[in-house]
Amino acid sequence: MMASSYSAKDEDGHITVSGPGGGTLRNKKPENTAFKQQRLPAWQPILTAGTVLPAFFIIGLIFIPIGIGLYVTSNNIKEFEIDYTGDDTSSPCYNCAKNFSWNNTKSCTCTIPFQLDQPYESNVFMYYGLSNFYQNHRRYVKSRDDSQLNGNIDSLKVGASSPMASRKKKKPSKECEPYASIDNKPIAPCGAIANSMFNDTLKLFYNDPNGTSVPIPLTSTGIAWWTDKHVKFRNPVGTNSNLTAVFQGTVKPVNWHRPVYELDTDPENNGFINEDFIVWMRTAALPTFRKLYRIIQKKNNMAPTLPRGNYTLVVDYNYPVRSFEGRKRMILSTISWMGGKNPFLGIAYITVGSVCFFLGVVLLVIHHKYGNRNNSANISN
Amino acid sequence: MGRKNWARENELRSLESNLPYEGLEKGKQPNRYFPSNAIKTTKYSLLFFIPMNLYEQFHRLANLYFVGLVILNFIPEVNAFQPEIALIPICVILSLTAMKDAWEDFRRYQSDRKLNNMPCFIYSRKEKQFVERHWKDVRVGDFVKVVCNEIIPADLLLLYTSDPNGVCHIETANLDGETNLKQRTAVSGHPEFEPESFNGILVCEKPNNNLNHFKGYVEKPDKQKVGAGIESLLLRGCTVRNTDHAVGFVVYAGRETKSMLNNSGPRYKRSKLERRLNIDVLFCVILLFTMCLIGALGHYLWLNAMPVVPPYLVPPTSGQLDRPSLTSFYMFFTMIILLQILIPISLYVSIELVKIGQIFFITNDIDLYDEETDSRIQCKALNITEDLGQIEYIFSDKTGTLTENKMVFRRCSIMGTEYPHKENAIRLAVLDEPEAEEEVIFNQHAQPLPTRWSLDSEEANVEDTHGHGSRRRSKVTGNAQSDVAFSSPLETEVVPDGKLFQKISRTSSGSLSHSQKTDAYLDFFLALAICNTVVVSMATTKRRRVSVSPQAKHTNTPLETLSKDSEENFQPSGQTEGVDTTGLQPCSPHPPSLSDEPALTSDNLRYEAESPDEAALVYAAKAYGFTLLSRTPDSVSVRLPSGEVLDFEVLDTLTFDSNRKRMSVLVRHPITKEYVLYTKGYASILTGHGNKKNIATVTQRHLDCYAKEGLRTLCIAKKVVSEAVYKRWSVDRKNAMAAIENRERLVMDTAVQLEKNLTLLGATGIEDRLQENVPDTIQALREAGIKVWVLTGDKPETAVNIGYACGLLEDEDLVINMAAVFQITCTNILDCTLEEVRRYNADPRNVDTTQNMSLVIDGLTLDKALSPDLLDRFVALVKHCRAVLCCRVTPLQKSRVVKVIREKLKVMTLAVGDGANDVNMIQAADIGIGISGQEGMQAVMASDFAISHFKHLKKLLLVHGHWCYTRLANMIIYFFYKNVAYVNLLFWYQFFCGFSATAMIDYWLMIFFNLFFTSVPPIMFGLMDKDISAEMLLGVPELYKTGQGEGDYRFTTFWVSILDAFYQSLVCFFVPYFVYQDSDIDMFTFGTPMNTSALFIILMHLSIEIKSWTVVHWIIMLGSVALYFIVTLAYSAVCVTCNPPSNPYWILQSQMEDPMFYLICILSTVVALLPRYRVCHSLSSVGLKIFNCPEFWGVFVTRFDLCTSLTAMQL
Repeated sequence: MMASSYSAKDEDGHITVSGPGGGTLRNKKPENTAFKQQRLPAWQPILTAGTVLPAFFIIGLIFIPIGIGLYVTSNNIKEFEIDYTGDDTSSPCYNCAKNFSWNNTKSCTCTIPFQLDQPYESNVFMYYGLSNFYQNHRRYVKSRDDSQLNGNIDSLKVGASSPMASRKKKKPSKECEPYASIDNKPIAPCGAIANSMFNDTLKLFYNDPNGTSVPIPLTSTGIAWWTDKHVKFRNPVGTNSNLTAVFQGTVKPVNWHRPVYELDTDPENNGFINEDFIVWMRTAALPTFRKLYRIIQKKNNMAPTLPRGNYTLVVDYNYPVRSFEGRKRMILSTISWMGGKNPFLGIAYITVGSVCFFLGVVLLVIHHKYGNRNNSANISN
Repeated sequence: MGRKNWARENELRSLESNLPYEGLEKGKQPNRYFPSNAIKTTKYSLLFFIPMNLYEQFHRLANLYFVGLVILNFIPEVNAFQPEIALIPICVILSLTAMKDAWEDFRRYQSDRKLNNMPCFIYSRKEKQFVERHWKDVRVGDFVKVVCNEIIPADLLLLYTSDPNGVCHIETANLDGETNLKQRTAVSGHPEFEPESFNGILVCEKPNNNLNHFKGYVEKPDKQKVGAGIESLLLRGCTVRNTDHAVGFVVYAGRETKSMLNNSGPRYKRSKLERRLNIDVLFCVILLFTMCLIGALGHYLWLNAMPVVPPYLVPPTSGQLDRPSLTSFYMFFTMIILLQILIPISLYVSIELVKIGQIFFITNDIDLYDEETDSRIQCKALNITEDLGQIEYIFSDKTGTLTENKMVFRRCSIMGTEYPHKENAIRLAVLDEPEAEEEVIFNQHAQPLPTRWSLDSEEANVEDTHGHGSRRRSKVTGNAQSDVAFSSPLETEVVPDGKLFQKISRTSSGSLSHSQKTDAYLDFFLALAICNTVVVSMATTKRRRVSVSPQAKHTNTPLETLSKDSEENFQPSGQTEGVDTTGLQPCSPHPPSLSDEPALTSDNLRYEAESPDEAALVYAAKAYGFTLLSRTPDSVSVRLPSGEVLDFEVLDTLTFDSNRKRMSVLVRHPITKEYVLYTKGYASILTGHGNKKNIATVTQRHLDCYAKEGLRTLCIAKKVVSEAVYKRWSVDRKNAMAAIENRERLVMDTAVQLEKNLTLLGATGIEDRLQENVPDTIQALREAGIKVWVLTGDKPETAVNIGYACGLLEDEDLVINMAAVFQITCTNILDCTLEEVRRYNADPRNVDTTQNMSLVIDGLTLDKALSPDLLDRFVALVKHCRAVLCCRVTPLQKSRVVKVIREKLKVMTLAVGDGANDVNMIQAADIGIGISGQEGMQAVMASDFAISHFKHLKKLLLVHGHWCYTRLANMIIYFFYKNVAYVNLLFWYQFFCGFSATAMIDYWLMIFFNLFFTSVPPIMFGLMDKDISAEMLLGVPELYKTGQGEGDYRFTTFWVSILDAFYQSLVCFFVPYFVYQDSDIDMFTFGTPMNTSALFIILMHLSIEIKSWTVVHWIIMLGSVALYFIVTLAYSAVCVTCNPPSNPYWILQSQMEDPMFYLICILSTVVALLPRYRVCHSLSSVGLKIFNCPEFWGVFVTRFDLCTSLTAMQL
């Protein structure tokens, strides 16, 4: 071929400047290493009946016992639930619920009798449950100031009037808006979460067969996470150890009846480290949720914590839920290592285990019936 | 000075010397409008790097999308996360890219600076000599002196060289990779050239990128014009060799030089997969919008169902809640922000990374390395690696691609007598012998093959070649290192034919000088020796030219004007003795003493030719004693068998072009003083001109014979031109050469004018041997479902023969030969054949069998078949053909064929070739492959991949192509899957949070999840996975079919993966949901097991896809899991209030103390992956080896029969 006319359009890169006669003898042979030649020793999972079938059986054999264990554990957990929303005329709380709003300052009390069919042996956990309450709404979740709750005194300062100055001097985070301040006074604790804190008071009475009503002691500490109480939530430390003085200059959230420093009489459970408050601030994941309210400690004696019998639940009805078609519940539950009562996981494990086992059997049959031909072909080849 | 404007605006430029203006301010310089020689290839400047780079990056749509999202996030009504955090991913991606760009630009800057500061010599009027300056100081109009082995700083018009012949040798390796030396001649023969005396004006064309073309003329003050072409232009970047020094006038400088104009950077091609990918991205966008729409609508309904404002609905700062419709409208955009990672932005970055890695592996493959030339495969196109796995049509050149293009002189026919050169054939067979012996060990049969290509038995021929191909399977021919092109013993040593040799020695026994009779035999060999452009060099002194000694030249150079050029330039025969004292033209200023008389034996002569045919012919002539001793532009010396040296004056050389298909040299015979034109060229053009009828027919018969054997044929002819005719012609020629308009055509016309009425001397047959393993490779490619076409410029007989030899055509094939002179015949043939094919296919007996049809078509017929009205029929026909051979096609036709097939059949095409005539075709195909062979680097420069042997195509396509394709396709699908699966977790949550765009996973962890925890494994998967081992891919070429057409990456595969992602995310969301239903779980605790099991699911899903696990895989997979836990634990331990609204403090820690967490993770992972695992593996357990689940449905049938062979191979 002696063609001479062409157009070299694409030429790559620069003129390479190499010294005269230099660099032409360099050996460009690629290195013969396993990595560069893509010959690294490799494990190729060969999926034959011999390796796949045991996998199914093993899954089955492991899952089914776990499932049974979970199911049994879950079944052993005793749980009692009572709805006291009061939207039904027959409900004792109907009157309280009927015309109640956030603006009411006077609390309304209602009494709900109930009966426990079984004795509750170990510690009993008392929850309040809310339904159709979207604590996970994006704006709601954001509406808090963690640094304020962590005891940052600056977040409690009065916001300066000019916006420029306010940026330097911290005040409740803008995430708290519009629950950040009232009349230029910061709200403590700020934000919608705190503002909407659950404020019903639940009391439990055991109706002795002899007619007296014995109040059941409810422990209000130990219900929040340890890390929350000791690390995340802290009261602001001012010059004064008195909480009232520290929160001087702040206002209480709109919906609250008392300021934050009067949540409890116990100084270790007051202010931001009040455990009811901490529990509420840990926003629930789903619109129907329960939150730990009190713990009924098991006494040392042999008697069950909550013997079989009649009880009365006395509610200070403060929290309106009818407006958003919510419901309020009181739940008594014992717990196990897997938490509260939940049959789902056990059933799921049993089902999956059985399906795997069944599949294994089916495949084994198929393999035996039809796989032989293939196997022999393999061998003969 | 109205010239200035004219120079800028017109088609032509006129340049004058800078010297008269030296020292004047810039405004007075005549050439100030032209760029200086300093080059700047950097894209950015230091000051404006950031804005310019950002501008550049925002050209990518993906980046704009990302930035749009960030901006959305800054709108308070819409934002989903803290806007500052949303900036992080885009910043990471932009800054990574910017860093890469900055580094590349810095490298460019460094090399620019190095180039600009290279030293050179510029003439200074003040100092009356050449002074040392830098490259960047060179300006248009300067006089630059270049010395031996120095790189030329700008495009120079050669005015003077130290060589007495006015010749300067340059090596253009830097430009086109060709290492043979090229000769350049000075424009005017000033023996004592003084820059200051140059007073002409150079008129030349505007800068262009054609390296082989330049036109211009020097206009002297007396209005005399002297033409100047590319043969006088020294190009920037070339190296001066064998010439002590040369002076040139700067024509183009800096970025206007031809080399810089050619420097357009790496090519950008878009792969087929990428085009498909964009469609799928579009699907993802639609999916995203649907999901966001659902979210917005859901939010609207949710808000509307609310009777009064509940306490959890937070009004904006104003304190007043917006209307539900407006809130939902905002919610739509918030959802886009939340679900943004559905569009895999990191995919583009990952694909780029993976492709770089794939190219790394391809270039490092030792099997694609050629010892002989020490060259690896070169990947020039960086982003079409996966196209290699989807090729359906290969268009191959024949010469140099299928064949070695190592031309071996085999036989010749002189004046109607055939000389079969049996002895030479035996020698060639012996050369192959060592390999045959080696092969004996492996093959039990080793038939001695005394002669190949014997005329007697044609059948044996075919067998021979097959045997030949297989025998050479394992060894490279012994002719290793060759300093000079075409100089292996195979080609250089020709054993003369006994009969012919005797005849020659008889004729030339008497002194030729006084025998006036021009013997045809002598003429024949003289033509072989003279009619070429071979450059002679000495074997002992590499790269130094033999040239006529200075004193011989001095006697006849009173050349002040060019107009009288060659006529007076001829040397009287009396001076031939002077030629004998040939000396070396030394490179160094201190020449080695000429006293050590270099022995001018024929052994240490080396010939460097631009085409191997020429070299083969010169070596053949040498074997008969006609030794080409030296060649300068003006003269050729040949030693005759008698020992006498003839010095021919070369009057003109009519170079080869593809239209004339011949080349000629016009010389003046030193003894007879005749003007003789020696021509060689393709047979069809030479015969039929004035000649004796019987010789012509006999020669024609021989030619046909040669062609049948697969030999390349050339006819040799001569013509004696009378002085009057020559004089007239030379005037025409000169005018044509000086012409600016239509110069090529005019020059060609003059050539045709002279090459008339030639006398046929004889013909030669040159063998072009098949490359190693060509039949084997073609066989494998064909089994892989690739149709191989051969497009060649050779004649049909040669092509068909090679076709049989390389297994392209087989004996039982039905070969359709299309050679039609008229359109109507062509139509008829097409119609008949198509009808026949249709009938054959309709015949119920032929349901299972397919007829193997092959088509042989010549260039003329092809032209007609490609005409618009026949095109469809032609395409329909070739679709049925197993192999197509196009002969006698021009480069343009080659590219036309490729384009037609590519566009009409919508297939992936690959073109492979080695020569300049393949450049068009290489550029037209989806993938162009250049073979860096014997014909320079033009094909390689134009190609996407450059290999050194045709056989490398097999591994490149079958192994690397398949791997690159499946790896990338699987990785892309996995990427989509991964993002959909993860994003859907968030989407399902919207149903439980009032469609308020809440994320139950901390935003930092979400970023980390995509950026760190799950980014490396897919890249590793795309780089290193091997679905099938290389051995098996080579052994079972059918496996290649998985990539063709739609391939692995298809609509269904994509949607199966998306559906799987939906399913898995459902499992991953609802298992924790049911477990934690109505419990005191908080939001981020709820998200933690989901995030964790999503990680496990996504990684385990990949583990199912990975077909071979190496150490690297284990490290990366386990590392990713470890990284997740370490980073998340550290983050949730350290971060108490650092990320205000969401607070992950101590969540993972408390979860990890809880057995439920593990139980949930295990259950979700198992349930999510069970279907995929089951479908994949339970099927394989029943005996169907399925390589990849999603494809299962598509290629089940084709793979079924493979399974048996595969399992067989595995055992």
